[in-house]
Amino acid sequence: VKAIGIVLAGGSGKRMQELSNKRAVAAMPVAGSYRCIDFALSNMSNSHIQKVAVLTQYNSKSLNEHLSSSKWWDFGRKQGGLFVFTPTMTVDNNFWYRGTADAIYQNIDFLKKSHEPYVVISGGDCVCKIDYNKVLQYHIDKRADITVVTAKLPEGDDPCRYGTVKFDEEGRITDFEEKPIMTDSDIVSTGIYVIRRRQLIELIEKSAQDGRYDFVSDVLIRYKNLKRIYAYQLDSYWKNIATVESYYNTNMDFLKKDVRDYFYREYPEVYSKVDDLPPAKYNPGAEVKNSLISSGSIINSKVENSVLFKKTYVGSNCVIKNSIILNDVYIGDNVYIENCIVESRATIRANTTYIGAPDEIKIVVEKNDRYMM
Amino acid sequence: VIKKEMIAMLLAGGQGSRLGVLTKKVAKPAVAFGGKYRIIDFPLSNCINSGVDTVGVLTQYQPLRLNTHIGIGIPWDLDKNVGGVTILPPYEKSTSSEWYTGTANAIYQNIEYMESYNPEYVLILSGDHIYKMDYEVMLDFHKANNADVTIAAMPVPIEEASRFGILIADENKQITEFEEKPANPRSNLASMGIYIFSWKVLKEALLELSEQQNCDFGKHIIPYCFEQNKRLFAYEYNGYWKDVGTLGSYWEANMELIDIIPVFNLYEEFWRIYTKSDKLPPQYIADNAKIEKCIIGEGSEIYGEVYNSVIGSGVIIGAGTVIRDSIVMKDVVIGENCKIDKALIAENTKIGTGVELGIGEYAESKLDPKVYAFDLVTIGENSEVPDNVKVGKNTAISGVTLPEDYNNGVLESGDYIIKAGDF
Repeated sequence: VKAIGIVLAGGSGKRMQELSNKRAVAAMPVAGSYRCIDFALSNMSNSHIQKVAVLTQYNSKSLNEHLSSSKWWDFGRKQGGLFVFTPTMTVDNNFWYRGTADAIYQNIDFLKKSHEPYVVISGGDCVCKIDYNKVLQYHIDKRADITVVTAKLPEGDDPCRYGTVKFDEEGRITDFEEKPIMTDSDIVSTGIYVIRRRQLIELIEKSAQDGRYDFVSDVLIRYKNLKRIYAYQLDSYWKNIATVESYYNTNMDFLKKDVRDYFYREYPEVYSKVDDLPPAKYNPGAEVKNSLISSGSIINSKVENSVLFKKTYVGSNCVIKNSIILNDVYIGDNVYIENCIVESRATIRANTTYIGAPDEIKIVVEKNDRYMM
Repeated sequence: VIKKEMIAMLLAGGQGSRLGVLTKKVAKPAVAFGGKYRIIDFPLSNCINSGVDTVGVLTQYQPLRLNTHIGIGIPWDLDKNVGGVTILPPYEKSTSSEWYTGTANAIYQNIEYMESYNPEYVLILSGDHIYKMDYEVMLDFHKANNADVTIAAMPVPIEEASRFGILIADENKQITEFEEKPANPRSNLASMGIYIFSWKVLKEALLELSEQQNCDFGKHIIPYCFEQNKRLFAYEYNGYWKDVGTLGSYWEANMELIDIIPVFNLYEEFWRIYTKSDKLPPQYIADNAKIEKCIIGEGSEIYGEVYNSVIGSGVIIGAGTVIRDSIVMKDVVIGENCKIDKALIAENTKIGTGVELGIGEYAESKLDPKVYAFDLVTIGENSEVPDNVKVGKNTAISGVTLPEDYNNGVLESGDYIIKAGDF
């Protein structure tokens, strides 16, 4: 094992509107049966990384619940493992994580106590498959100090919410701009980096001494001419889900056969926590078309072009269209839902209507009482 | 000193020969059930839900699937530091070696295992029933009656009672008489094959009958305890309980799950059934698919029409295919434009395109009329059925079949194709 992993899952996800009120972006349910962080963790596990730290602070409850055991992702138990680091007050530190670099700095012991030569850093808000062994090989071949995994901006996405990069024909990054106001580049950083462990410790400690806390602006951008920073281009499926629009589109992508085959059927697999739910059930009246249905769901009426997460109950005479229904939602009879994202554990009263527009998806949060047998 | 109040011994070594080609290569407890489960999940989940955390699983016939399914018991929280699940296969001894020759003989050969937990009570279970039961309540009943043996029993319609072992009990539920498959039953309390023994009583009986050929609980141990004037009680159980020992009852029990509110409800929060799930993705239902009255497992992709059926996980059903009243297990691939009626299709089977299963009229089985006595098409696991063939009712197929195996492209009702070679 050549590398350890760090997943930065602390983001507050303001652009997710109500969806991130109670959960970290990394804990967002994705693609029916997964949480977003499953992709980052599975990529590490499938690249034979055995030891992974997840750094989290905002709304970490649902993330912590999900990361209940390292065994879901086949990480080590005795050798390595899955570590969840939330900020802790100590004698010489009483701050929250003031930035990504600070988050790593506050857990620098994790780096110092490891013996693997490299570190893979990843965000928890991306949907992709990537083999880190290939990135690592590229990193070594280029004699790079830091390798940044880049991707072509997904169609229709806004480059100004990413870091945009430019690089020369060698792959060396010449220009790196964080969340530019305007840009002519459509190559963005995926938030995945490979770096030698000792190098990372050195850079992070230096930044901390200078009172600098952000990994991108205070390390990557600040050192871009001083250090050899290379771009590794990822040309397979990659999406960042951290806005309502891209979250919706990413889920809808899974209605396409090629995307499904790539993530659900092609090696390697994406792992997640097992929920022990019964298979989905279709009663008389069910009329499901072009939709994903997850386990534990019971369907009594019409569902079209939608993604239903686990344990969705759809009553009689409903129409669910172009919508995403998150985990454990109860939908009463005669309900019409179109172009909506229905938040987890919502209870939708009978005879109600929720309609959003294709370019303005409505977020439905309904915390009504639920009466069940 | 390790001390467990009650441990369970789960008999899972039987072939279940009346399930025909379904159990050709797997033990009956490992046969798939209800879309994502295996039969043994029910007693194992009952154990952990009842607080019984030490379970010995006795295996013998084709144990591979069972072993990989149970592993170290993680899905049932039975991976314990002390206790948990232990697979107990027959083993070689210094003086003699023998297979398990009967249910009680299997338990007898594992006296040391039971002794190591120093139990007060031993629960004997079998791995071929579908039910939810709180064994702790049964244990309370056992203790309250100061019983030596408690036998779980359920009332059955009196006209069917002659198919069962019947218990006759007094008003205190103490058993006064037994009748094995009586012609004229005097009671309708049928034994469910679930016993709680006080360990001392069981151990004494096992040692006493150690020379008994094919030592069996129903035939030898229980009658012996009765003769010794032990206190035997009948614990009446009134919930759902289904023996899935025949193709007909196996099909029926699966079909009962798709009722709108099934008697046996898997969707209750209380008393969950656990299983090893190796598939996670949601299922995809395509634009032209039609699905009604079905349960469907994870990761399946449905492009055709499915009515009144139980579909396992990872199944692909092609466009234009119509499936009715069938059970399709894990990872089966069914081509396009098939017509499938009343079929049991076991794991990993491939059905070509344009195949018709379940045509024509019922005919008596040429293979084994005792096993194949229903109008079902039964296809064993890892089989293949070529394109455009027609298969009649009450038929059996096992192995990779080729077009030339079908006479003019047809397998008549009652006929079978069992390919040799795949042992």
